Amino acid sequence: MSNLRLLWVFFRLGALNELAYRANFFVQFIQSSLGLATALIGLAVVFAHTATLGGWRSTELLALVGIYFVVGGSLNVVIKPSMQQLMEDVRLGTLDFTLTKPADAQLLVSVKQVELWELVDVVLGIGVLAVALVQLGAGIGIAEAIGFVLALACGAAIVYSFLLILTTLSFWVVRVTNILVVFQAMYEAGRWPVGIYPTWLRLSLTFIVPVAFAITVPAEALVGRLDLTTLLGAVGLALALLAVSRWFWTIGIRRYSGASA
Amino acid sequence: MGVSRLALYAVRLPFSALRFSPYLGIYRAQFAVTLASQLQYRVEALIWLFGAILQPLIYLIVWSTVSQTNGGSVGGYSTGAFAAYFVVLMLVNQWTDTWVMYEFESRIREGTFSPKLLRPIHPIHSDVADNVTHKFLTSFILIPVAVLLAVIFHATLRPPLWALAAFVPSLFLAFLLRFVVEWTVALACFWTTRVGAVNQMYAVAVMVLSGQMAPLSLFPPPVQTLATILPFRWMVAFPVDLATGALSPHDALVGCVTQAVWLALGVVLLNVVWRWAVRRYSAVGV
Repeated sequence: MSNLRLLWVFFRLGALNELAYRANFFVQFIQSSLGLATALIGLAVVFAHTATLGGWRSTELLALVGIYFVVGGSLNVVIKPSMQQLMEDVRLGTLDFTLTKPADAQLLVSVKQVELWELVDVVLGIGVLAVALVQLGAGIGIAEAIGFVLALACGAAIVYSFLLILTTLSFWVVRVTNILVVFQAMYEAGRWPVGIYPTWLRLSLTFIVPVAFAITVPAEALVGRLDLTTLLGAVGLALALLAVSRWFWTIGIRRYSGASA
Repeated sequence: MGVSRLALYAVRLPFSALRFSPYLGIYRAQFAVTLASQLQYRVEALIWLFGAILQPLIYLIVWSTVSQTNGGSVGGYSTGAFAAYFVVLMLVNQWTDTWVMYEFESRIREGTFSPKLLRPIHPIHSDVADNVTHKFLTSFILIPVAVLLAVIFHATLRPPLWALAAFVPSLFLAFLLRFVVEWTVALACFWTTRVGAVNQMYAVAVMVLSGQMAPLSLFPPPVQTLATILPFRWMVAFPVDLATGALSPHDALVGCVTQAVWLALGVVLLNVVWRWAVRRYSAVGV
């Protein structure tokens, strides 16, 4: 409970910090709209020439694009900036200040930096998702809804753990900023259902950089094409990765030698 | 009067060509410097290359899938033709790409541009040298990757010989045109340091109108017209269409002339904006 309160305090602090830069909101709004426009133009030109893509109809893919923006935006609001900050703190030795605080260090480093305006992506994504859901009509039952929420939570946990593991590498190798660039490039591949990719790329997008679990699987749950095995697999992988990233973090933090290093 | 002036130009011209020779030396020196520094940042170069390969690859796969679900051909492109289009696009995009727009902001904001302005040579030259060096180095990976992808996805690429010959000058013109245009757009930094939105607007236009999402012929006619009137088509899509054999000799000639005209306009615009921008520039601090 106190952890939740801590999360809220950090989020509020970050938000207050960003509210000082209100003009950034408009810049972010324009950028997010442009990003969304590109995605929608892509869908439009593809579906002008075909009825289905890898078995997905256009409204189903619209839902997938919505999820892509919601998940990507959420990562950009808190996880990615915090991870970037963590790398910087490890490099400069300023992680000392976080470690001496009387709270769980992993929790603190995960929510340290908040980029509030990235929420625009999340809001736009929810909008797209809502439009897609209306167009899909009555196809969404209670089972699909539960499956969707569960799959989304697992996807978020998987991607978070994955990013934490990547960032923890910075205790050994200082220059890992570039790894996030690779992650971003791979994440963009998730704008299309992973089913269309050839096996080698699909496997990399599922297990090496797990964007499939973050985007395609929740979308599958929503449009009712997810089987129970995949969902259970996602739950299992999420729990396993959470444990592994926690373990890896504790190993990494032991290597940290402070500001004088 | 008119004739004598013409004669004067005839005499002057070879000398003005000679005036370029110091540039050769400067470029040679700049190449040596950037080659050394970029060899140090090998991993970074590889990582940027990763994105340049993945994006066309994604669209290659999307369009191959579309083609396969519609009986092996869409909008005049077979599955193999799509593969060829996007493999060539990957090469042309990387060879014409610039990243000056993303560097200019910190140059202006942090003042690292000041020493470059003090040099007795236009700062665009060191950017060109940097860019060409990066492309030279990454090509050692990019070309084998392109060949590999062409084999994996069964690309059907049989352009006529004349088209291949015309591809070389059109690629060169496309590179110059894109460089001049993007360098001019980058100068927006002199007026505002919040150029993120400007850069992204430009990036979206390039993405859609230069044929990176799909061959331009698959877009509705108004979009095609827009791409043709604006410089975007001539920066990427045109050399790609040329190399994949989608153009007639007449189209190719008209295209190269259009590229040259846009390039001339671009150079004029660059000079005008540059003079205007430099007057606004003021450095602070160190």
